[in-house]
Amino acid sequence: MKLTEEEQAMLAGEMGAPRQWAIDHMMKVGAMFDAPDLVEISQAHMMADPESLGEAGVAFLEGLAAGDAKVVVPMITDPRGVDLDYYRPLGQTEEMADLERRTIAACAAMGIAMTNTCINYQTIMPPVQGDHVAFGDTGVVIYCNSVLGARSNFEGGPSALAAALTGRTPRYGLHLPEKRRATRRFRVHEQPQGLTGWGVLGAVIGRASGSYWEVPVIEGIDVIPTSDEIKHFGAAMASYGSSPLFHIVGITPEAPTLEAAGGANLPREEITADDLRALKSNFGGRGDKVDVVVFAAPQLSLVEMQTLAGLLEGRRRHPGTAVIVCTSPSVYADALRLGYVETIEASGAKVLQGTCFYNQYAREIGEANGWRRLLSNSAKIVNILGGYGYAPALASMEECVESACAGEIV
Amino acid sequence: MTVLKCHPGIGSRIEGYALVSSDNFSARYDLDRQQGVFSRPEHRLAGESYVGRILVMNTAKGGVASAWMLHEMKARGMAPAAILFNRANTILAQGAALAGLTMCDRFEDGDITQLIQNGDYLIVEPDEGRVTVAR
Repeated sequence: MKLTEEEQAMLAGEMGAPRQWAIDHMMKVGAMFDAPDLVEISQAHMMADPESLGEAGVAFLEGLAAGDAKVVVPMITDPRGVDLDYYRPLGQTEEMADLERRTIAACAAMGIAMTNTCINYQTIMPPVQGDHVAFGDTGVVIYCNSVLGARSNFEGGPSALAAALTGRTPRYGLHLPEKRRATRRFRVHEQPQGLTGWGVLGAVIGRASGSYWEVPVIEGIDVIPTSDEIKHFGAAMASYGSSPLFHIVGITPEAPTLEAAGGANLPREEITADDLRALKSNFGGRGDKVDVVVFAAPQLSLVEMQTLAGLLEGRRRHPGTAVIVCTSPSVYADALRLGYVETIEASGAKVLQGTCFYNQYAREIGEANGWRRLLSNSAKIVNILGGYGYAPALASMEECVESACAGEIV
Repeated sequence: MTVLKCHPGIGSRIEGYALVSSDNFSARYDLDRQQGVFSRPEHRLAGESYVGRILVMNTAKGGVASAWMLHEMKARGMAPAAILFNRANTILAQGAALAGLTMCDRFEDGDITQLIQNGDYLIVEPDEGRVTVAR
């Protein structure tokens, strides 16, 4: 890999041990993907919840911080695993909370802004078209690549941190224009409706494309999604397919036409109404008892908080059904100011800030609370939680609210 | 004895027994990392222990958490010995780089989930881009 003089100095350890680790890490990863050099980035976003980090990961972060590591570009964080204002009622332990506190302290020492959100593109500083960034969180990456035209690979926590310590990332994958061209072409025959409809379509296309290295281009959509709808679409696609980029003809910036996205000569694969129904019918059944209803993955925008507050106003959840709502700290502050948090919590639901349900020790809190049958309007979370001992089911936000109040799937 | 060529990978030379599935892989979605078994009911390896085995899978799927998780699993001695993919993704490669876990992908002779059988004894040499199947 070709390195500049400054990068060579980093590799030689002349700029401290943390940067030496960071460059060495990037060279290992870059070699695996034949990166010719490193590309400068404008910002980084790190996934580092304590469940994923474990003791080993937290000690690693503390080691870097003790070595006086400092980020050189703005770096923000993905949702945390513990809301320190509300963890005992969830059945989270002091040990979990301590790992969380240690993580926060190490990150803060390195100059990382603890924004704790997977909707940073709606709340903090969205990148612009052509911007090279090093973002963690699959939902963040696919949205920023696809909807905003920025350029990022999936950067797991270690490599996002390496990028922030050096201001660079290996130039491979979606930093290269040729890797952003469509490789699969899908035609949609039914217009997606609402957050869950978009999520289901994203899940179907993600499952069909099924690899990090496939780029779907989608034809046949003639409704303009809201930011929240396309957020659910991308998050589901990334979750089911490990997809980091999609194009929608006439909607996303690199696909003004099918030809521009590179899809004109690809064979067309049809997405039918049956494909969408088949995905939905995998989950749950009417009349089944619901233990917990979750609104998360991605965290809720202010508009989703407003909608949910409207649906829950004057209602009361069933005593046997918990309702958990996850949002970012910045949205939480606004939702509090606007009265949405009060309305939602008056129903018996709980709003958590800075966390997301699936990365807050989902298995352990499920066991602690006896939660197994779970309902959510997020296709992403329904996909994830099957491996965490839950029987998850998918429904719209309205159906989720009705079921939460009835205590069973309606 | 069969020698399979692949793209040069990450980590050091390792030997062990293969655990093979044509499914895709996510440390977060598919595993009970405390018990060291595949826990996702839909996964073809559900119930199988992966600790110390050389996983042979199609590709990676899902989220970014697997990068930290490979490191954490390795530190607890509850990791696979290596992972071979038809095609790795960025996250698993990043996790392998941090954890010092052996990982290779892009095999010349075709689908490794077909070329390697469950229980085969493998010698993985990532620097050389070589996997030897000792039957």
